[in-house]
Amino acid sequence: MNGMSVEMNVIGQTIDEAGKSAPGTPRTVLEVRDLCVAYGKVEALSNANLRVGEGQIVTVIGPNGAGKTTMLSAIMGLLESRGQVIFDGEAEYVPRVERMVARGMNLVPEKRELFAEMSVEDNLLLGAFQRYRSGKRDHAETMKEVYHLFPRLEERKAQLAGTLSGGERQMLAVGRALMAKPKLLMLDEPSLGLAPLIVREIFRIIGELRRRGVSILLVEQNARAALQVADYAYVLETGEISMEGPAKQLADDPRVIEAYLGLGGKHQDRLAA
Amino acid sequence: MDIQIALLLAQDGITNGAIYALLALALVLVFAVTRVIFIPQGEFVAYGALTLVMIQAGTVPATLWLLLGAGVLAAAVDARGALASGQKGRLAGVLAWNVGYPAVLAALLYGLPLATLALPLQVLLALLVVVPMGPLMYRLIYQPIAAAPVLILLIVSVAVHVGMVGLGLLFFGAEGSRTPAFSEARFELGPMLVNGQTIWVIAASIVLIVALYLFFGRTIYGKALRATAMNRNGARLMGISPALAGRLTFLLAALIGALSGVLIAPITTIYYDTGFLIGLKGFVAAIVGGLASYPIAAAGAVLVGLLEAFSSFWASAYKEVIVFTLIIPVLLWRSFTSHHVEEEE
Ligand SMILES: Nc1ncnc2c1ncn2[C@@H]1O[C@H](COP(=O)(O)OP(=O)(O)OP(=O)(O)O)[C@@H](O)[C@H]1O
Ligand SMILES: [Mg+2]
Repeated sequence: MNGMSVEMNVIGQTIDEAGKSAPGTPRTVLEVRDLCVAYGKVEALSNANLRVGEGQIVTVIGPNGAGKTTMLSAIMGLLESRGQVIFDGEAEYVPRVERMVARGMNLVPEKRELFAEMSVEDNLLLGAFQRYRSGKRDHAETMKEVYHLFPRLEERKAQLAGTLSGGERQMLAVGRALMAKPKLLMLDEPSLGLAPLIVREIFRIIGELRRRGVSILLVEQNARAALQVADYAYVLETGEISMEGPAKQLADDPRVIEAYLGLGGKHQDRLAA
Repeated sequence: MDIQIALLLAQDGITNGAIYALLALALVLVFAVTRVIFIPQGEFVAYGALTLVMIQAGTVPATLWLLLGAGVLAAAVDARGALASGQKGRLAGVLAWNVGYPAVLAALLYGLPLATLALPLQVLLALLVVVPMGPLMYRLIYQPIAAAPVLILLIVSVAVHVGMVGLGLLFFGAEGSRTPAFSEARFELGPMLVNGQTIWVIAASIVLIVALYLFFGRTIYGKALRATAMNRNGARLMGISPALAGRLTFLLAALIGALSGVLIAPITTIYYDTGFLIGLKGFVAAIVGGLASYPIAAAGAVLVGLLEAFSSFWASAYKEVIVFTLIIPVLLWRSFTSHHVEEEE
């Protein structure tokens, strides 16, 4: 699996070579301004501000029920929200899922939402639906690339998605999103419920994707792993962003260490990874 | 009843069963993708058959006006949407499809010597008029309420059905009609005399079912429809919009309905309101399949067709009663052995 050659660069789109090597701030792929979401009268997300630079991994950590999934769903247009989502230089006041997908944003949702009664290969193929529809018929090539990243999926390509193991399902969900060749990939708890070894594998692939130029917004409860792989991090608590900073800096912050990295907490099992 | 008659009835039953099977497939498909219980499915059968009758009589089919009207409405709705979201570029396409297409079709229908055209061309024209009404119906009626509960969608379907039957009376009059058979050929098959139209119906049904099977199994659009039926949210995240899936599904349902009408028009006298009972039998078959299983629905359709044929021999006046009564135990058995189709949310 280490033969991940650099010349295979089919998945990542729009890598601005100059921007990548420059030490300054890279071009902004996603900017979220004052995003608010309410379920009925209960506000689940209030005035969230966030930025993802091109080729960066940005992570959002926070406890259960903080509003992380809510935030990703609102950015994607799955939920109604107030505020502004500026993606790839163009503002969306009312994001609509199909339009966001067409513009190059893809979400791997917390619930995975696989097509259970379809084969692994058909699931992957449908990941390229939007591209196919707009006339870009390069799915065979992209699929090879995805199989290269996840050899397990190729071994099981004829198997029904509903019969995969948890780890394989997660790989399929990520692989399916990659079939769309996203400019921005949003991952909602990719390590959820996975054994340490698989978690490490998933994070290795997240790092690999960044190397290929995919910008990533990563929501995680596994704070240690997330802060290790990310460039920049936000802490979301009860619907509000309470802290932000470069990932290394946050990892050393005593408040973060106590709440999210401290031993004896609920994350201990995962830290073993 | 001797074997000769039994075979004849079986032949009738299987012919009708093939049509019910097609309608059942359409109903299952529409429900799986859009959660709409598609009562007006039968109206497409009547519209298809009677539009062909009008074309064969050399008159411009009245259904053309419905197509034009719906097209103009859809163009207005879509144009408003395109302008509101600042996508002026989409206007040309919106107008071409919704208004341009019916206009070109109208020109064809007025220009061609309809009565003397070859039968396949007449059939093609009838389909070109009736089938686009499916996606237009979805666009105008179901798409705005796509998120409504199943019950609301059902009530709307009943309203659409009543409306279409009324328009059918207006378009076609109260007289029933038949079209000439596709083929007058008759074959001896053992002790049985098989007529040509029966072969046509069964062959066309099989071809259509195989074509649908390939569409759903092999093409990305077919897979996208299945994906929407399996997991609407997952499909949306792939960029498969429910509106696109809905329109595509209604296109298929209208095609299946209209083609069924064209196929049975030579065997059965079709009135403006005949579609409902035909559709209802397809619906019973679909229910036997739990509105979810295509093979069981198809088998149920053949069962309904056979029941109908044999009961019409013994007690012709009561044939509908017998069909719908005998189906109750099957439904009870199905409801105890299969899990229900759950309503979402
Ligand atoms: N559909 C809904 N209706 C009402 N409340 C909801 C709904 N979805 C989420 N919530 C509430 O909104 C809050 C934020 O939920 P959310 O799923 O975004 O949290 P999260 O940060 O993703 O948590 P976790 O780490 O457990 O996934 C929670 O209190 C939750 O109960
Ligand atoms: Mg969550």
